[in-house]
Amino acid sequence: MDEEFRREIIMDHYTRPINRKVPDDKDLYLKVNTNNESCIDNLDLYIRFNDGKIVDIYFDGEACAISTSSCSIMIKNLIGKSISEAREYIKNFTNMVDEKDYDESLLNEANAYNNIYKQSNRKHCALLPYVGILKALNEYEKK
Amino acid sequence: MNISDFPMLSQDLIYFDNGATTLKPKCVIDKINDYYTNYSVSAHRGDYDLAYRVNTEYEQVREKVQKFINAKDLESIVFTSGSTESLNMIANGFFKNYLESGDEVLITTSEHASNVLPWFHLENTIGIKVKYIPLDDHHYVTLDNVKKVITSKTKVIALAGVTNVIGDLRPIKEITSLAHANNIFVVMDGAQYVPHFKTDVEDLDVDFLAFSAHKMCGPTGLGILYGKKELLEEMEPVRFGGGMNESFDTPSELYFKELPHRLEGGTPHVAGVLGFGCAIDYLSSIGMDKISEYERHLRSYAMEKLLKIPYLDILNIESDAGIIAFNVDDIFSQDVAYYLNKYNICVRAGSHCAKNLKSETGVKNSVRISFYFYNTESEIDDLVELLSNKEKMRIEMI
Repeated sequence: MDEEFRREIIMDHYTRPINRKVPDDKDLYLKVNTNNESCIDNLDLYIRFNDGKIVDIYFDGEACAISTSSCSIMIKNLIGKSISEAREYIKNFTNMVDEKDYDESLLNEANAYNNIYKQSNRKHCALLPYVGILKALNEYEKK
Repeated sequence: MNISDFPMLSQDLIYFDNGATTLKPKCVIDKINDYYTNYSVSAHRGDYDLAYRVNTEYEQVREKVQKFINAKDLESIVFTSGSTESLNMIANGFFKNYLESGDEVLITTSEHASNVLPWFHLENTIGIKVKYIPLDDHHYVTLDNVKKVITSKTKVIALAGVTNVIGDLRPIKEITSLAHANNIFVVMDGAQYVPHFKTDVEDLDVDFLAFSAHKMCGPTGLGILYGKKELLEEMEPVRFGGGMNESFDTPSELYFKELPHRLEGGTPHVAGVLGFGCAIDYLSSIGMDKISEYERHLRSYAMEKLLKIPYLDILNIESDAGIIAFNVDDIFSQDVAYYLNKYNICVRAGSHCAKNLKSETGVKNSVRISFYFYNTESEIDDLVELLSNKEKMRIEMI
């Protein structure tokens, strides 16, 4: 992926993120908060499950360009996935950020962060929404 | 003072995060290195030459601190791990025993977490009430506003001398005089004050003062608790153990040392204390009044240029310290910090541990630049140039 294309994807999802609002019927959604230690990025995720599938995700909050765009792309990629497919996707994204083996064919636009490991102080920004969604999946599966 | 006194500045670096911590001059580093290399034994204990030397130097630094803040009594100077520990000792070691349920402690929304949470803890444990002094339109504390919120239940006013986001200088002396006339204690959080302004506790007449060594060219992990001697006499230690007891046998036969050692349980941060002594000498050789004046100059130099950038929203147009907090329209503060980092400029983005301030300014996060005496006009020029190109910022922020 060339630098220009990478930028375009990130900036596009930052300036026009998908589903950035509190859902109207929020009672039907599981809400989780995800924030980082430096107490600045702070996102609420709203996830609606149906029969072991993620049917809808919204998000709201304040975060930097990397966290916001990463959240938007994650939402786009996860809606419609089963819990196990979602976990597989999350594992591959996390592996990519951590410089481990991963399957790029599963990640679509999320491949835009394939060189984020070079900027170690931004890795946690890209991972922030994933920390939140994992919390939600664990909570859903416990029920 | 020479820039070359600071080894960190020999690299390509512009350091504008002095509100968080400051760089160390070589004399401080050398002293710590000397201690660990040549006489790294414990203070207070041991009957040998090296221990005697450490003990002597350790106590000499206490005298330097006493002189630096013009404290009447040497026993008023207690070494702690930093402002946070000092403030917790004040709240838990003194006020927890003194205050009663329903008593009121006055703070403001612009205090640092370390001057908020110890009081919240007392509210949760012994039922005191934390109340806020309203700030004026420029987020300043005025004597009139203090008067408005004092009630017959007010027992403590706990304020930063200078705040860490707005940088406003509080009229501490006037507040203390008003407080004492009403039998109210004054606790001063000096973390952002003592490193930048000449401090005279006799003149300010505060009852307690807390500050950190690392924010004034000293080592991390060390701070000072100052308290009026008669009040420290009443303070209960929060660290019981070695170094603070005279003798003990059973719980009823337990004798503590005299002040200040009674409040310094455990092996102290000797290297830190010795290094701090050199930091105090270093600051004194420049002169605290000169430091304040130079920082004021840097601030007005920076403000004149920053105010010309139309898309900058500056939170504290008025301020007495070398602190400027701002946001760039449409760009998240962390992205601004990240962009500046690409040019080796260190600034802080976030709420700066003053999370209640958002109710006052309406702004949760901001970019903060905070100066110290080793910063220069030319560093400010570099910053201004980078902030003046918004398109470049948008491209390079990710």
